[in-house]
Amino acid sequence: MSTQVPADLRYAKSHEWLRVAGEFATVGITDHAQHELTDVVFVELPGVGRSLKSGEACAVVESVKTASDIYAPVSGDVVEVNKALESNPALVNTEPYAAGWFFKLKLANPAEVSTLLNADSYLAQISGS
Amino acid sequence: MPQTLRRTPLFAAHQRAGGKLIEFGGWEMPVQYSTITDEHLCVRRGAGIFDISHMGEVIIRGPAAEAFLNATLTNDVRKLVVGLGQYTLMCNERGGVIDDLYAYRLGAREYLLIINASRIEPDVVWLQERLGAFPRHADVTLANLSDHTAAAAIQGPKTPGLLDQLFPAASTGGTPVAKPSELKKNQIAQFTFNGQSVCVARTGYSGEDGFEVITPATLIEAVWDRALNLGHPFCLQPCGLGARDTLRTEVCYPLYGHELDEHTTPIEAGLGFFVALDKGDFTGRSMLAEQKATGTKKKLVAFKMTDKSPPPRPHYAIWTDGTAVGEVVSGTQSPSLNIGIGMGYVPPPSAKVGGRIEIEIRGRRFAAEIVKKPIYSRAA
Repeated sequence: MSTQVPADLRYAKSHEWLRVAGEFATVGITDHAQHELTDVVFVELPGVGRSLKSGEACAVVESVKTASDIYAPVSGDVVEVNKALESNPALVNTEPYAAGWFFKLKLANPAEVSTLLNADSYLAQISGS
Repeated sequence: MPQTLRRTPLFAAHQRAGGKLIEFGGWEMPVQYSTITDEHLCVRRGAGIFDISHMGEVIIRGPAAEAFLNATLTNDVRKLVVGLGQYTLMCNERGGVIDDLYAYRLGAREYLLIINASRIEPDVVWLQERLGAFPRHADVTLANLSDHTAAAAIQGPKTPGLLDQLFPAASTGGTPVAKPSELKKNQIAQFTFNGQSVCVARTGYSGEDGFEVITPATLIEAVWDRALNLGHPFCLQPCGLGARDTLRTEVCYPLYGHELDEHTTPIEAGLGFFVALDKGDFTGRSMLAEQKATGTKKKLVAFKMTDKSPPPRPHYAIWTDGTAVGEVVSGTQSPSLNIGIGMGYVPPPSAKVGGRIEIEIRGRRFAAEIVKKPIYSRAA
């Protein structure tokens, strides 16, 4: 099965993606991550207004088998969360880069974005594993 | 994975089928091939095949085999005619569960025990100790065949027709039948496959109709491949331990290490039906009789989450009336019911069906209701 790794996103080693738009960024989990987790049945999201530090555990994805922590790829304040995941957590499986997004951040330090992996580096990481 | 994990004779077949492999009880086993939900529903609606070669097989043989097993296991093996099996438990002197198992009577003086993978070593040590202390030990032999024996569980409403194609001739031992689908629940028989003898029992761990096929280790891959080749009209899919766990949790079958351990008795686990207190003495009997007469400190309950919540998981706290009273031992999102379900131990006053409880999940408490077991049953 081929794994999608869009070229226009940045990636954390812990399998979150980041889509930057000005001083804001959208966060989700990668196609590879959703494929490994399978069967997402519940997503616990951070509260709007919460300040996240890069690398901080801030959400939980529950599959049938297990609960997995999701980490903030960069620092920032949560400005919006994806309420659609409450009623339809399977969006994480079906549309990991679109309707299955988790939350949006106001970036605290836009320079952190450059520390994340680009698509080629992330693809190399998951191919090597 | 730190220590060397054991592999079943089907390991290569799992890799070919794209199985995702995990550690389970010291074994490297497939947790899923597609997704747990997909495989789970496939067993509820059609047919699934599981590698259970990691489980252990012990043969107890000899003129005093029946007497030895009745002194060592909780159920009454005298109820077994040749070709019939029963669910039973093996307890320590305090009534704690050493293992839960199936005992099949293969012949007048021969029994087959199917034991849990993670318990093979402690079980065999325990059986040998008990045998050493058994007055007629010279009349009993014990053989641990686990390393040379493999097994597959074929489970689901469509399996009888598949089994008849897989083993098309009459049985050669055990229950005399013209074909496997004539076996009744808990019956076992020998059939011939590629010139060798295999055991087929009508039993399982899914809550559906189904069979377990026990073969020499070298034969299982041929049985597995043939089943999958014949299986298309029956919607047969290979299924992993993930679905095996969600299936058994929905029907409240215990899993050793979760519902059962050496500090928990069959009475506490709600398995008194499989404890024959009237058959004479057996290991653990006095404690089990006392518990049956005077009650227990904890009781296993099944529950359903009543509001939207994360799935319950083992070790989460169970609350009633603002107090933590017990712990979840099994929990998952039910693929059949699409809600969180589980089992846990609570004090008997909190164990009433219909009672409201709360499950603590990451510091928050979510509402649940104690329900009658099984949580899920086949539609009538």
